[in-house]
Amino acid sequence: MAQAALTATPAEIADATNLKAKLRRATARARRNAFLMTAPLLIMLLITFIVPIGYMLFRSVDDPVVGMAAPLTAKALADWNAETGLPPEDAYAAIVADLSRLRTSGTDGKALIGRLATRLNFEQPSVRSVITKTARKSTKLKEGPYKDALIKINKKWGEPEIWATIQRLSAPYTTVHFLASLDLHYDVDGSIVSQPEVRRVYVTIWLRTLYVGGLVTLLGLLLGYPVAYLLANLPTRISNLLIILVLLPFWTSLLVRTTSWIVVLGQNGVLLETLAWLGLVSDDNRPQLIYNMTGTIVAMTHILLPFMILPLYSVMKGISPTYMRAARSLGAAPAQAFIKVYMPQTIPGVGAGSILVFILAIGYYITPALVGGQRGTLISNFIAFHMQKSLNWGFAAALGTILLLGVLVLYWFYDRIIGINKMKLG
Amino acid sequence: MTFKFKLGSIALTSALALGLVATQAKAESLTIVSWGGAYTKSQVKAYHEPFTAKTGITIKSDDYNGGLAEVKAQVEAGNVTWDLVDVEVSDVVRGCDEGLLEPIDQSILPPAPDGTPAAKDFLPGSLYECGIPTIVWTTIYAYDKTKFPSNPPSTIADLFDTKKFPGKRGLRKVPKVNLEFALMADGVPADKVYEVLGTPEGVDRAFAKLDTIKDDVIWWEAGAQPPQMLADGEVVMASAYNGRIFNAIATENKPFEIVWDGQVWDLDLWVIPKGAPNKADALKFVAFSTDTQRLADQAGWISYGPARKSSVPLIGKHKEAGIDMGPHMPTAPANFKNALQNDFEFWADHADELNERFNAWLAK
Repeated sequence: MAQAALTATPAEIADATNLKAKLRRATARARRNAFLMTAPLLIMLLITFIVPIGYMLFRSVDDPVVGMAAPLTAKALADWNAETGLPPEDAYAAIVADLSRLRTSGTDGKALIGRLATRLNFEQPSVRSVITKTARKSTKLKEGPYKDALIKINKKWGEPEIWATIQRLSAPYTTVHFLASLDLHYDVDGSIVSQPEVRRVYVTIWLRTLYVGGLVTLLGLLLGYPVAYLLANLPTRISNLLIILVLLPFWTSLLVRTTSWIVVLGQNGVLLETLAWLGLVSDDNRPQLIYNMTGTIVAMTHILLPFMILPLYSVMKGISPTYMRAARSLGAAPAQAFIKVYMPQTIPGVGAGSILVFILAIGYYITPALVGGQRGTLISNFIAFHMQKSLNWGFAAALGTILLLGVLVLYWFYDRIIGINKMKLG
Repeated sequence: MTFKFKLGSIALTSALALGLVATQAKAESLTIVSWGGAYTKSQVKAYHEPFTAKTGITIKSDDYNGGLAEVKAQVEAGNVTWDLVDVEVSDVVRGCDEGLLEPIDQSILPPAPDGTPAAKDFLPGSLYECGIPTIVWTTIYAYDKTKFPSNPPSTIADLFDTKKFPGKRGLRKVPKVNLEFALMADGVPADKVYEVLGTPEGVDRAFAKLDTIKDDVIWWEAGAQPPQMLADGEVVMASAYNGRIFNAIATENKPFEIVWDGQVWDLDLWVIPKGAPNKADALKFVAFSTDTQRLADQAGWISYGPARKSSVPLIGKHKEAGIDMGPHMPTAPANFKNALQNDFEFWADHADELNERFNAWLAK
């Protein structure tokens, strides 16, 4: 090209640049076409994956209700400090003005009172009825002083707590959900303290979730490694049959597999009936095998086992038997050759299977909900609870965000230690 | 008598329906959401089928597990697909407060056959701004008769007495009702329960009582579970919705017995999510299904009490099992002696705090 350009006439040069432009246009078209062809997928990913996750992350800190419903109160409390006692009369007048304005501005205004009441109630018990009752009476309070009138409506208005709660939540963004995820909260002075003993639960649940995830991964590895080894090294005819045995439960509905464990492990289930018949457990004092931690671990290990076996199998299948033969011929004992030569080569499979099982396990929901009983439930069950029952979506989002961050940290560690490009999923 | 009532109410509802049809374009279908199982079946038989026969409007029946999560999601997304939902009182109050539900004009409700206006015919205090009640249901506890052949449990205190009545108990995995049961079993009279529970000492006392059976409890979440747990022998007694236990006794011949002492009763109501696609038809359905005859008909399919006083004398036999339904109603005088009404106001205020404490208690 450069050679040709040196001896080229102006016309040829023009042609060449034309050609260049044409080529650029052609490749641009190809690129555009390629992009257009992948666009549906990208748009789908964006709409069904990125946007909801982004929205969920945002929801965990987004907290506009109090600022929207009670702007005057928020302003009146801006310079107030709970240590100095009750807020000035201005604040009392402001809350009456806010509530009576909402009360008289149609269904949307009334709905905002409801949302304000619910929002405050998450932070401070029984504030809900204080707000709704005060709102009902607020339109009758025409003139001050409002302080005594409000305290007469409900004595909570005479305590700094409710004012501190309103003040704290009047900012459009909040950290209370993340604090609550770790059993912390703001006290009346605004300092971060532990929840009272009887309400502490989330730290326990986080630790339990990690523990269950770790244990299920470990058990899966112990059980799955020999199976995968067998699958990879048996003659194809037999190993195909065995692979079907691994895949068959994998294709069965999660619910069916979970409920079949209820049948197997229940008080009158297959296992205990057999053991009792054999006289190995006493009939009237049978051990509790389900609706507790044992049930959760057993069922989850079984359900997640294929996710361990399949990556292990695919890695082991690719390991040439010549390595082992070479090790043996160089004088290694069978066990030594296995540990020193074979096992290191399976590390990518071990890593992939473990990270897959661990990530799935810490987000597990249905199985612990069905067989977990009181002590076998995990963090996902609490996320579901706050989504479905308490409707505290901000808090559910914060728990979900922490779970997501945990997985990302894990991913980062994995990348640093083993290298993500070495991961083989099959 | 019955025939006349029927004619009267049909005439009234059709007049009402005609009035509504005149002002609204005709829609063909309604999506009605309820709790599933034997309960939804009773609604289909008593409400949906006659309504479709009369108006030609078809009904799509969906199941859910209670709570406002779906309604909230639909309303916030501006894509409401449910026309009518069967909910508990606490959800009516909260949903109405937060603007998730449509207010329902009570003047659409037909009067009783004897002319008593609807407002006087429904149980006192049962009509809400956004909800029209259909049934009285109750949480009782039931036991397996074969496990206690002589001297069976008979009081709410027996549920907590593992010495006299050993064996596992099934309880719902929420603080609601369990705390009330605990206080009543600890000797608090029904009319003082919420007063005591409103104090920190009362809450401690209730949890202390629950502590005494904690290791013997298996927790359930869906209404269909407790009869199943009793049938499987997983528990010897379980709290449950009375209709589910009745159904297991009447149609599946299970050896269960209900203990009515200390029952905690509540209402189920129809609500219309804000922006429901077929609001006019939904209102028509509300008026139709809560008339005297329809409520009495439903009691022939499941043992939940009708929300109208005028329906009580019309309750007949179970439509399949042929059992006289009157004595199985939660509101029957013999069953209602020591009954407590679930206090939605208390729970609306304290649910967040007590749920958290309950979850913390469970996790320990």
